[in-house]
Amino acid sequence: MSTPQEAASAKDGSMIKQKEMIAGHYSALSRAKADGKKVVYTFVPGNLTELLLAFDVLPVYPEINALQSGMRKKSGAYIAEAERLGHSEDVCTYVKCDIGMLKSGNFGPTGEKLPEPDLLLLSYTGCFTFMKWFELLKREYNCPVAMMHVPYQGDGVFTPEMRDYVVAQLRTEVVPALEALTGKKLDEAKLSEALARSRVAEDDLVAVLESAKRRPSPIDAYFGGVYYIGPIFTSFRGTEAAVDYYRTLRAEVDERVRLGLGPLTPDGAITHEKYRLVIEGPPNWTNFQEFWKMFSSEGAVVVASSYTKVGGVYDNGFRHDPERPLETLAEYCAGCYTNLNLPTRIDMLSRYVREYEADGLLINSVKSCNSFSAGQLLILREVEARTGVPGGFIETDLVDPRYFSAANIKNRIESYLQMIEQKRRNASTRAHAATPTVAPPRPAKKLEVLR
Amino acid sequence: MTNEAESGGAAPSAVDEVVARAEALYHDVELSSVQRWRDAHGGAKAVGYMPIYVPRELIHAAGMLPVGLMGGRGQVEIIRGDAWFQSYICQIPRSTIELALTGRYALLDGFLFPSICDVIRNLSGMWKVLFPEKYVRYLDVPQNYDPDVGGRFFGSELRSLYADLCALSGEAPSDERLRASIALYNDNRRSIGRLMELRATEPWSVPAWEVYLALYAGNLLPVEEHTALVDAYIAAARAASRPRRDNARVVLSGAFCEQPPLELIRTLELAGCYVVADDMALGRRWPEGDIEVTGDPIAAIAEAFITRSPATAARYEPHGDRGAPLVQLVRKSHAEGVVLAAPSFCDPALLEQPILQDSLDKERLPWTAFKYSENLGQFQIIREQAGTFADSIKLWSEA
Ligand code: SF4
Ligand code: SF4
Repeated sequence: MSTPQEAASAKDGSMIKQKEMIAGHYSALSRAKADGKKVVYTFVPGNLTELLLAFDVLPVYPEINALQSGMRKKSGAYIAEAERLGHSEDVCTYVKCDIGMLKSGNFGPTGEKLPEPDLLLLSYTGCFTFMKWFELLKREYNCPVAMMHVPYQGDGVFTPEMRDYVVAQLRTEVVPALEALTGKKLDEAKLSEALARSRVAEDDLVAVLESAKRRPSPIDAYFGGVYYIGPIFTSFRGTEAAVDYYRTLRAEVDERVRLGLGPLTPDGAITHEKYRLVIEGPPNWTNFQEFWKMFSSEGAVVVASSYTKVGGVYDNGFRHDPERPLETLAEYCAGCYTNLNLPTRIDMLSRYVREYEADGLLINSVKSCNSFSAGQLLILREVEARTGVPGGFIETDLVDPRYFSAANIKNRIESYLQMIEQKRRNASTRAHAATPTVAPPRPAKKLEVLR
Repeated sequence: MTNEAESGGAAPSAVDEVVARAEALYHDVELSSVQRWRDAHGGAKAVGYMPIYVPRELIHAAGMLPVGLMGGRGQVEIIRGDAWFQSYICQIPRSTIELALTGRYALLDGFLFPSICDVIRNLSGMWKVLFPEKYVRYLDVPQNYDPDVGGRFFGSELRSLYADLCALSGEAPSDERLRASIALYNDNRRSIGRLMELRATEPWSVPAWEVYLALYAGNLLPVEEHTALVDAYIAAARAASRPRRDNARVVLSGAFCEQPPLELIRTLELAGCYVVADDMALGRRWPEGDIEVTGDPIAAIAEAFITRSPATAARYEPHGDRGAPLVQLVRKSHAEGVVLAAPSFCDPALLEQPILQDSLDKERLPWTAFKYSENLGQFQIIREQAGTFADSIKLWSEA
């Protein structure tokens, strides 16, 4: 089944490349046991892909399987299966989707059976659920778990002590687990070479994401963005294939800029960019195309999003550093979006609104994810107060189709865009008034605090 | 809620008096006991902390009163709190925000948000934004239990926290004071340990809701006063010689953060369950055993955390599985079954429930599960469920 983006941009070389990369990876996974390759399950935020490459093992990302199941309309049945087995309706649906898939034969996105893990690499970064998820998987698979705890940036800084803690865990927990698994010693030179390749791809990814500062934006940095982050957030960061993919993608985006084209969508390119939005929160996967159309049909383009930073915030200047392999991995893990505290997230979103000249901040609050969602209503009010742009709020879920109420969401998006429109009209009326001033910024909402 | 049935309307017994004092603290949403403490100590400062564990010794040694914050316990009307949290987030952060926005926490100078889940974690950031004039800190605890790795990291976190707390209070950091604080909290944990033993051996002497109130009082009282209260309660409860009922002995598990309403705890007992072990107000019992009072006190606290923390959902279980410690607790407390009580929408408690259930099933230990929220007002369904559960356990044991 082709995805909307695939249908829309069949001619894009980058998309073809990505498709081939993914197909190649799943095919390698299906042959893993026969080829004598070891398989490591791990998570996207704080992933250690370069280290896995250095050991020549194959990663599986259960989150990616869950989102793919969502896109392929299989997640509803998987979640139902997990709930039937006693998993609470209240908890993260990625976990339930994964457990349901496992209990239904563990067939991955390409329909091929996924190999069982030889190691569960629990990079505990930015999300409490990860810990429980692998505690659950540990009972299903008789394999070791390597736990790496990445401290949360509660005060907005990653201190040297925190970095030393993560590096020490890499040395004493993760690397020995991979060495025991593969019978090989860590080849630091190989790791550094992969990290050097990561850097190159990271530069190109940032250039692609920042192209959205232009008018019109040549990309959609949320719906399109989720495809752009695919290779670098998963199995390919640090590979030649990823370097090649991002070089190609960047060239394509540069070309769109040169031609003054808007982003590609399921319905073709947006020719008239009417609204520029920043979006906070993950997308919905069960109705991804429908969801995207609710924006694209109104001429709304997402110019920046936080979701495209869950596997690394590169646009703040972070790059993997081949000279300090373990330290750089520690810093990378700590810097993933959901490992940042709320004030940092508010600063970041406010900066996006300003630098990308957005008309508003829309939050897609997903029921599954407390890591993202707890505190989003405060984020909304703060960003509104700081930037003067209106905020909008919708609620869906990642992969639970029961929480995608299309009519309701569409209504909310339309009213939100009308609100932006209204604000523009008011601003232009004021701008045409006698006094030669620009429209004053919206007054900051003061929070009522009784003492 | 005094124990009139027991006292028969006569002059309040010693037990009633201790319980009434603890219950008054439980209902004191205005934190007036904290205000009295501050007034009596020349305006000394007070630092609030959320569940599940913070080393109170550090706050105490810095000359401040540690104040345990456990949500609204169903006693505050949520008006503003709901505007800050989506419907699918548990209750405790909303009542906590409500209490703060209505000024009930104004007398606290600092707030600690220990690592327990992503909701409390994010709440720490909300606090930084909403109350910029207060000292606010998220306290990460290690999930790696190698003393040279997790222990070292926790030591460095604690050192920096202690420095912050001393800066807040104006006290000079002192190992001597820290050791003295550790000794006081060791006394307190020992008294609580005796209470736990009593409840495991004679649950009819110490009803669960009273035990809970006695533990809860430790959120607010200075440590020495709390130790005295626990000791007084043990002595009075022993002396009261209460009747023994034919109840089922159960472990209550899952209530380590948002607390069940007091009425729910009473309901369980009324329905025929003696709670012989639980994880309510777990921070009062953390770590298990004494912390070393010689040598480097911070290293001693870190070591105790690494080696003697109770098993709970918020901590990674490196050996075996998450079900094993619960099974052990059941065995140790000679319980006959487990009540899995989790707050609605509580990820840590709910995500692991299938593991716990599976482990209990494998050991042929009966369990029942329900969800609650701190502001639950109806207990009939839970009463029926717990009653049926207790009956089935009794039937089994007779069979
Ligand atoms: S809680 Fe959020 S970050 Fe964690 S696994 Fe679920 S969706 Fe991912
Ligand atoms: S009740 Fe559970 S989910 Fe809610 S704050 Fe506490 S630990 Fe987190």
